[in-house]
This record gives sequence, structure tokens and C-alpha cells, in this order.
Amino acid sequence: MENLFTNLAGSLRAALESTGLPAILTDTSMTMVKLTAILVFILLNALWLVYMERKVAGYIQFRPGPNRVGPKGLLQTTADIGKLMSKEVVIPKQADKVLFLLAPALVFAPPLMVFAVVPFGENMAAIDMNIGLFYFLAVASLSTVIFWMAGWSSNNKYSLLGGMRVVAQMVSYELPLVLSILGVVMITGTLNISEIVRSQQGIWFIFAQPLAFLIFFIAGVAECNRAPFDLAEGESELVAGPFTEYSGMGFAMFFLAEYASALVISFMCAILFLGGWLAPFGMTFIPGWIWMFLKVYLVMFLIMWIRWTYPRIRVDQLMGFGWKVLVPLSLANIFVTGLVMKIFKMLGW
Amino acid sequence: MESNQVMKQIKEKYQQVEILDNHLLVPETDIKAVMKELRDAYGYNVLSNETAVDYQEYFEVIYNICRVPEGDMINIKVKIDREKAEIPSVVDIWPSAGWQEREIFDLLGIRFTDHPDMRRILLEDDFEGHPLRRDFKWVGGRD
Amino acid sequence: MLKTQEFTLNMGPQHPATHGVFRLLLHLDGETVVKAEPIMGYLHRGIEKLAESRTYTQVIPYTDRLDYLAAMLNNLGYVQTVEKLMGIEVPERAEYVRVIVSEMSRLASHCLATGAYALDLGAFTGFMFPFREREKLMDMFEMICGSRMTFNYMRIGGVADDLPEEFYPAIKKFLKEFPACVDEYDGLITGNEIFQARTKGVSVLSSKKAIQYGMSGPVLRASGINYDLRKKRPYGVYDKFDFEVPVGENGDCFDRYNCRVLEMRQSHRIIEQALERLQELPEEEPLNAKVPKVIKPPKGEVYHEIEGAKGVLGYNVISDGTVNPYRVHVRRPSFINLSLIDEMCRGWKVADVVAIIGSLDIVLGEVDC
Repeated sequence: MENLFTNLAGSLRAALESTGLPAILTDTSMTMVKLTAILVFILLNALWLVYMERKVAGYIQFRPGPNRVGPKGLLQTTADIGKLMSKEVVIPKQADKVLFLLAPALVFAPPLMVFAVVPFGENMAAIDMNIGLFYFLAVASLSTVIFWMAGWSSNNKYSLLGGMRVVAQMVSYELPLVLSILGVVMITGTLNISEIVRSQQGIWFIFAQPLAFLIFFIAGVAECNRAPFDLAEGESELVAGPFTEYSGMGFAMFFLAEYASALVISFMCAILFLGGWLAPFGMTFIPGWIWMFLKVYLVMFLIMWIRWTYPRIRVDQLMGFGWKVLVPLSLANIFVTGLVMKIFKMLGW
Repeated sequence: MESNQVMKQIKEKYQQVEILDNHLLVPETDIKAVMKELRDAYGYNVLSNETAVDYQEYFEVIYNICRVPEGDMINIKVKIDREKAEIPSVVDIWPSAGWQEREIFDLLGIRFTDHPDMRRILLEDDFEGHPLRRDFKWVGGRD
Repeated sequence: MLKTQEFTLNMGPQHPATHGVFRLLLHLDGETVVKAEPIMGYLHRGIEKLAESRTYTQVIPYTDRLDYLAAMLNNLGYVQTVEKLMGIEVPERAEYVRVIVSEMSRLASHCLATGAYALDLGAFTGFMFPFREREKLMDMFEMICGSRMTFNYMRIGGVADDLPEEFYPAIKKFLKEFPACVDEYDGLITGNEIFQARTKGVSVLSSKKAIQYGMSGPVLRASGINYDLRKKRPYGVYDKFDFEVPVGENGDCFDRYNCRVLEMRQSHRIIEQALERLQELPEEEPLNAKVPKVIKPPKGEVYHEIEGAKGVLGYNVISDGTVNPYRVHVRRPSFINLSLIDEMCRGWKVADVVAIIGSLDIVLGEVDC
């Protein structure tokens, strides 16, 4: 079980090689297969997460949630997407048409690109990059541009305000996000994501770096625009922020992309702080990729739980919190980590 | 002080004021002075309600003012000429008159002089006529 | 050359947070409000004009459409005014029934205000909790008069019908559960850090300003003025109940919200007492005063105020001795509470505008009349 997927990939590669294809073609097609698998995985997850979110919200609010379409309402999201696909895509007259249509097409790209380096289990990363963490940070912040594109091109005042909020928010929460990861990088001395997971054999970094975890989690939630940091959307003040003018599939893309980026943050939380695929309490009879999944969904549930409990914070409070609380705290975390590491070294541990 | 006594004292000071069963009838010329007196000397600090009625021969503007937090109330009426339909505004005495006078202007067409913002409030700006006037006839649409 | 420009934003008439078809034309500097121009009238139906061509009884259903969130109170205000005009004494049993239903209406309105306020600030779950109780209240109203929003339950001289048998166990169960529910709102909404950060100190309304602008209801009381007509000028049988008037200190959004939550607890107390007294009265006692078949009040006029859910609700009814009222004017608390919106919004962020409108708790059916 542990190596189910790696074995599958191995036998596929063997089968391809046995047909006598040149090595480069085999490699390319293997990568293609892996990336397609990831794509399918993400899309299915996004669908499932929408359903899960609605169910969780339902139970928090004393109602059953979707329960009509399919068994236990499982096909509700599928039906919704089907409906949205069949709708007309309305393009406002004054909109910048190219950018307006490009934004929803591109919005899925950053989270998908991140998943190329994410290990789903031992040896289960599509591309095991040695600067994976750096790549994650670089690619994840791309979404800012796409949200801004949507906000600007709609030529709607609510969208514009929402777009401005996105940029301000993402730029200022990128900083604590990066700084909080630095503590982990200092301990492990590597940017390779798989290596970081392996170095948590002894102790998960949530215990070694609790403050960093907290900062990473908060900044992560802010990065993917989830409540209480969903100012960009802010449906009670800005209608729907950058997505105000989008209809049909354009809207659905943004909607699903929100879950994809929340999934990215959950994966990063699990990998950097919760020991990735490592089994706790020596329960190795459960395969690593299932552990990984459980941890990801634990974080995901946490994000949903927060969303359905807290009100939204105000834009100036958000910036104040980012710059005056999170950034100094993460700097302090780096300082303390460095100090402790130095002391440990002096003690000769 | 009871509102009855207040009414009597006002009557003594302003000869033209009449006391009718439960309200004061104040001539248009005295209205600002009486109102100021009521607010400053007797502490009627809230204009609770202001409205007007079209009696076909004349308009009557009604002020219900009260003391907060004591809670007693005094009613004041002013008769104004229907043709002229003008009366001094009391916004400078009680700012809460602002929107209520705009509403009266909108629905009854009584113009409040010195009102800082005499525009229609409920009906659209190009609406013709004042619907709460008795001679208003609705043209078009369902009645 | 760089230059800055003011930015106008039409908030409404269709906007999720203006609580109806209300338009606020915001002049913004970045996200800060420079000026807010309120524009209303989208729901103006001319109820005052309509009332002139209806009989006195026919006006009652129109009053339901004013503040449709607390319609019983509107009914009460109107019928009491006409009773005052005609000099009708309402039987004691009817008075207690009236108190029960109007306090239930107040609860329903405050439940909505609390829930919608949480929603305005982005807490969806905070919206669902008070709605759960509102739903129970609506069910009870349905038992009483067959309608959930527009009741038309009060009559001149009494009420339309006796409380049904099944109502008593329902209200008793509700009264038993309700205090714990308010504790839940306190835990979920009032005590929340983000909620407090969003509302405390926002748009402070001084007691002086509140009086000058004729504010009433929770908005006035939040500014520290103890003015509740149920205490100051008791109407009906309100002088026979033991309850307190919650008063705020700072006059900010939080106090306005909190006043409503505290008022819910007091309404709960009033209903409990009224129910007790009602059940002590013999059931044979009439629910309606002896009223002539055709209601024709003598010539005259009455201005009567009651404490509505949103503030002081006043009716000015003028009779010319015929079957139709000569003029009906309603002093709508939402309309007057809203008149300071420009000043209250200035200098605050767009997100605060939503919080400020929500804390005033306006109903557009009442603003526009």
C-alpha cells in the first residue's frame, strides 16, 4: 500500500520503456501523466471541497446542507458547475475584453503549478525540485496579479476596490509568510520540500516552531482570501469584489480556484509543520499518502471552521495586523531560532 | 413643569397664541420665537414629529415636541395660507426637522424658508404635483 | 503629474448591505468616506395617501407594510391612536394579548437586527443563530393569526381572535429556551474579538447629537439617554410590568448593537409576566371592547406615540367625522434615525458604512412609507 502510486508509476515507466521509445519521450510522457493526475486530483478535490464546505457550514448552522442531488447531495457541486457552464458569459461593455477573459483562464495556473513540486507521499512529488520551497513562494504570489487583472478589467468600481484590496493584502501578507518559513529552513538547512519532511522524523516542526506555524497559518489564510480575511470579496460591502462582473464559468473558475489555493496552503501547512507523510505514534500500517491526506484535510477543516465562525476584519485593521503584529513576530521568531540553534551548537548537540 | 402650565405661560407672553383643547395654535409670524422659547427656556429639546395637513382652505403644520428624557409632549399648530404655502423652517432650532420638512415639501408642497436643502426626498426629482394635497389627481397607471 | 481624485460609489439600490432598496452615494477618498448622500424613495407606496381613501379598519393592514419586521407594533400604534380618538377602553385581557404579541414582534425584529448585523460584518453563522429563534416566533405568529410577516391582528377595540390552544405550550417552550439562546449570541457575536474591533469606537454618536437629531429607540439609548416610552409615557398596560431599560455608554456601533441584545432579555421578561397575568384572568372575559359596527370617530385629532422596535413610532390621525380618516401621518423611527447617516459615515471606511447602517437598524418599508 505504502508504495501504491510509486509502483504504479514505476510499472508505467517500465511499460513505456519496453515499447522501445527514446528516453526523452518516456520522461516527457511520464511527466505529462503525473501532471494530468495532479490536475484531475486538484479538480476533484476542489469539487469535493465545495461540497464539504457547504456541509460543514450546514452543520455549524443547524441545517443539513445540500442533500438532494445524488446520494447525500454529493453531486450538488457537479450540478452547480453544470449549471454555471450552461450560462452565458456576460462581458460588460466597458470591460477590457482580453484581460477580462484571460483572468479566469489563468486563475487556476498558480495553484496547479505549485502542486508540481508538492510531495503527496514518500517519493510522490511530480518534480522533486531542490528549491521547491522557493518555487512555491514565487509561484503562489502570482495569483495577486490575476486577481488584480480581474478587478481592473471589469471596469466596475466594486471590482476595482476589491482588486486594490487584494494587492494590498497579498503583498503585505507575503512577507510574514516567507519570514515564518525561514525558521523551518534555518533548522533543516534545505529548500527541498521532501527533505524538509524527512527532517521531521524526530519532531514535527509545529512543536519546534509553534509561533511560525501560527503565523504561517494566519498569513496563509489571508493569502487565499478566506474569512476572516476575505476582504477582497467582502460580499456585504463590495458585493463580490473582483468577481462582481463575472458570470457563468468565469465565476466558477474563481470559485474553484479559491479552493485550490486553500488546498495549497493546507498542503504546505501539513508538509512544513505537521510532518507531511510521516505517521505519528509509529502508526505506519496506514500508508504515508493517507496520513498526508488526513493532515491536509485537518487543516482544511480548520480553515472552514474559522470561516464559519468569525466576522470579517476591516482593511486598515488587516494591514495593521500584518505589519505591526505578524512581521515583528516572525522576525522575533527567526532571531530566537537562530539564538537557540547557536546555543545548541555551543552545547555540542 | 407640566405642559399645560407651559402652554399658559406661552399664551401670556405671546398674545396672539391660542390654546385649543390639546394644542397651541401659533400664528405664522411668531413661530420661530415661540419655538426658540420652548427649547431654551422650557427644555423641549426634541422635535419628535412634524407634519402638515391640507384643509383645502388652508394648510396646517403640526409640531409635536417633547422633553427627553422626561417624556412630556406639547403639540403646536400653525395655520398657513394655501396659496403662499410658505413657513419659516425650524431646522436651526431642531436639526431633526431637516428630513421631515423635506418630506412635507415633497408630499404637500409647503416651502420652508431658510431650509438648507429644500429638495424632494421620497418622490423622484421630476415628479409633478404634491400627492398629499387634496386636489392632487393621479394621472396614468393604476389608481 | 500625480493627482488624486474623489471616487463616487453607488451603494445600492440593490446592495446586500443596505437592508432594502436604499441608495447611498458615497464620495470616497481611497476607501475613506468623504461624504455620503442618502437617496431613498424606491419603496415609497404612498401609504399616507392610501389611508385617506380607506376606512379606519382598512388602514390596519397598511400599517403592517411599514415596518414589516415588527408589524404587530405598527398595528398596536395605529389602533391605540384610533381608540384614543374615539375614547374606547380596551378590555384587560386584550391588553395582555397585545403586550405579548407586540413584545414577540420586538423580539423578532431584534433577532433580525442582530443576525443581519453579524452578516454585515461577514459572520454568516452569526446570522443563522438569531434566525433560528425568529423562525420559532414566526411559527407562533402563524398560529395566532395565520400570517408570518403582515399580521393584521389588532382591531380597533381589541384583537382579531383569541390566542389558540397550541400557542401556550409553544410560547412556554420558547420562553424557557430563549435566555440560553441570547447567551449563545453573546458568545458567538458580542464576545468575538474581531466583532468588537469592528464596532467599538466606530461612529460615536454623542448624546447631544442624538437628541438634536431626534434619534429614538436603541440608537438613542446607546448614547446614554434613558428614554423608553414604555417607562416614560406608559401606554396600554405597560406600567404593570417589571423590566429595565438597557442604556449604552459610548454611543458607538457596539453599544447600539448591544442595546438590542439586552433589550431582547427584557422583552423576554415582559412576555413572561404578561403570560402569567393573562392566564390568571378568566377566559370568558371579552377580547374586544364594544365598538360600533361602522367606525366613525368624532371630529378631532390625536397624536400618539409608542415605543416601536426601531424607536418612537408615532401616529397622527385626523378625523373629520366620516368613515375615512382625513389624514394619517406616521412618525417613522427608521426615517428619522437615518437622517444623520451622512455625518455618521464621514471619515470612516467603506466597510464601516455597512457597520453603521446595520447598527441603525433601518427598515426601508418604514423609511419610505
